[in-house]
Amino acid sequence: MAQSLQITAASADPALLDLPWHIALEDWPTSALAALPRGISRHIVRFARLSGRVIAVKEIGETVAFREYELLRQLRRLDVPSVVPLGVITGRHAQDGEPLEAALITEHLQFALPYRALFSQSLRPDTATRLIDALAVLLVRLHLAGFYWGDVSLSNTLFRRDAETFAAYLVDAETGDLHEKLTDGQRSYDLEIARVNIIGELMDLQAGEFLEDDTDAVAIGDALAVRYEELWRALTEVESFGFGDRWRVQARIDRLNDLGFDVDEIDITTDVDGTTVRIQPKVVDAGHHSRRLMRLTGLDVQENQARRLLNDLDEYRAATDRQREDEAFVAHDWLTEVFEPAVRAVPRDLRGKLEPAQVFHELLDHRWYLSQQQHRDVPMDETVASYLSTILPLRPDEQAILGGLPGDIRDETGAIPSVEDAAVKDAVAQD
Amino acid sequence: MATVTFDHATRIYPGTERPAVDSLDLHIEDGEFLVLVGPSGCGKSTSLRMLAGLEDVNSGNIFIGDRNVTDVQPKDRDIAMVFQNYALYPHMTVADNMGFALKIAGTPKAEIRTRVEEAAKILDLTQYLDRKPKALSGGQRQRVAMGRAIVRQPQVFLMDEPLSNLDAKLRVQTRTQIAGLQRRLGVTTVYVTHDQTEALTMGDRIAVLKDGLLQQVGTPREMYDRPANVFVAGFIGSPAMNIGTFPVLNGAANLGSTRVTLPREAITALSDDDKGHITVGFRPEDLDVVPAGTPDSIPVSVNIVEELGSDAFVYGSLTDDFGNAETIHSGAGDAQVIVRIDPRGVPAKGEKIAVKVRPNDLHLFHAGTGERF
Repeated sequence: MAQSLQITAASADPALLDLPWHIALEDWPTSALAALPRGISRHIVRFARLSGRVIAVKEIGETVAFREYELLRQLRRLDVPSVVPLGVITGRHAQDGEPLEAALITEHLQFALPYRALFSQSLRPDTATRLIDALAVLLVRLHLAGFYWGDVSLSNTLFRRDAETFAAYLVDAETGDLHEKLTDGQRSYDLEIARVNIIGELMDLQAGEFLEDDTDAVAIGDALAVRYEELWRALTEVESFGFGDRWRVQARIDRLNDLGFDVDEIDITTDVDGTTVRIQPKVVDAGHHSRRLMRLTGLDVQENQARRLLNDLDEYRAATDRQREDEAFVAHDWLTEVFEPAVRAVPRDLRGKLEPAQVFHELLDHRWYLSQQQHRDVPMDETVASYLSTILPLRPDEQAILGGLPGDIRDETGAIPSVEDAAVKDAVAQD
Repeated sequence: MATVTFDHATRIYPGTERPAVDSLDLHIEDGEFLVLVGPSGCGKSTSLRMLAGLEDVNSGNIFIGDRNVTDVQPKDRDIAMVFQNYALYPHMTVADNMGFALKIAGTPKAEIRTRVEEAAKILDLTQYLDRKPKALSGGQRQRVAMGRAIVRQPQVFLMDEPLSNLDAKLRVQTRTQIAGLQRRLGVTTVYVTHDQTEALTMGDRIAVLKDGLLQQVGTPREMYDRPANVFVAGFIGSPAMNIGTFPVLNGAANLGSTRVTLPREAITALSDDDKGHITVGFRPEDLDVVPAGTPDSIPVSVNIVEELGSDAFVYGSLTDDFGNAETIHSGAGDAQVIVRIDPRGVPAKGEKIAVKVRPNDLHLFHAGTGERF
């Protein structure tokens, strides 16, 4: 019996009904699609426009679709960076009555960059390193939350610019499982899958001549394992010291804050005679700086963007000689006098280029560059004017990358953009 | 290649009291295809993951060959989880897609080529080795994924519901392919599924689990012909066995107005726990349609006739003439029986037929424990 189309969603957008669900996803007309670059997937995935946003549609079996939908919802609740699940479509039928596979719908992450767009022939070694760092942080966060991914790969991850680094988001949870606590076996196997997948994906880019042959894919994959282990140890390792060295408790907390983590709970035990203290972080939460910035200003940004903004806030405090005042008051003034005027100055038609916090990060870089060049402290309004006329217009739109190919997106993030360089590079990229 | 041994292997998840896998004892022969099957939550996947090293073993041991791998890291166990990740790389040739893991491991080029060619021959992919995955059919892509595992020449293949993502048609095709391939390769394989048809058609032996406990292990034929308990009897076989629990009076099970004479051994083996009752199972093919009014026959009202060409099955309700109707159940539900009938003389929907159990084909179980007599 033909069953009718069903949408399962927390808050279903009626516009979903307008999509051509009676057609196999592979054959959807271009008019329904948004031309976004697709990663490597074992399933058919397409991007479509829906009420002014972009959604990703994946055709999979019904039980698997519901399972992944539920898992993604749980990951959101656990505050792990992952795509937002919108719903599951079941009961699809072609016009001739043939049943079609269920579809899982997720929201496309704005300003997200697939790795294939980031790796290009002109790959700078530190771009690879930054992507790997971001993935290591994501994997550690997932493992701390008890999530076994089962298919960690660059294809199953999206990257967003985060100041001079990247932040990684999980986009495919199909093979994953949530556990109370992961075993060492699960962690190490997940990491091994990640290593092999990443190397495979890089070798594939090399085979397609999108990546130089002399890039050492194996070394990049191995680097992930090293970064992951370092971070995992820093976050979970038991540390022992003499009773007199209790300052090391605070030092450990400071170190974790530096890594971007808050310590919500720490185990401190002493041995019977009280000469040795053992500490082990029990509950750690990523987002130390972004939470602090959120508390002070209400701005919701990535971790390293927050770090950068907080530094500027500290400079503002020093420059205005307000160190003794309540930080929250100063933060409010910084927000209204410095941050908001700067990002509001971006004309509407240029707002799809970069997220506001990333624009501000680049403004800070640009101010540094101009000040160096002119041997004076260039004020923010001048910086903004210069940046808006010489740099931002040449950037590609990253809000939703359309028809992207590897190499379209500039791969440098950390470099201080210089006018000439950026102009040349982006002119090339636009060809 | 190697044997696999679970020796009192137990897994208790943190924060739970009942073991997910309870003291599992299972020996898998070298080259054997063993299927772990059972309903969801029975411990089959946990058992497989214990073998893979993904779940801790809280007590007991696991051996691959003579090697105790209980505390060995997954990647050092020399096993391959097949189909776990079968996304193929679009720019690599089929050969590179199959061999890249060896390249990562630093295997010499010539050896990679030899192993890939061998695997391709077995998988019928030789002519595609230099093509890109785009040029392959769905089934061929599956085989490339299988090839990835084969070229690594692991001791054991592990497969966890590998067909669950496929549509029904591809599932049946792939099922046959995997089973055939495993026979040709002769690699010890542990395969997890919830689908008893998959288990019966693929495994050399089947291990049925329930609530973390191994119920029975044996060949598909043994499991079908001599299920060790009521659970296995109801789980293995499609359509499922008809099962009911009845009082024993005067050497016979009393099925409403019907009597089924029981063997003397069964009568003497009744225990206090059985409280004078016996559980009787009869497969749909062990019933004969008889003229209405035949002594000891069971009246059945036909709900649906499922015609499969070579076979036909009646899904029927027990009529009011039959007392204790609610005590019988089958795959179709309570107070329902399934009867295989001659496809050349099927009754109409709504018709009443009479069926009689062939006494020699009865499966008898203790009403108390559910164990087979």
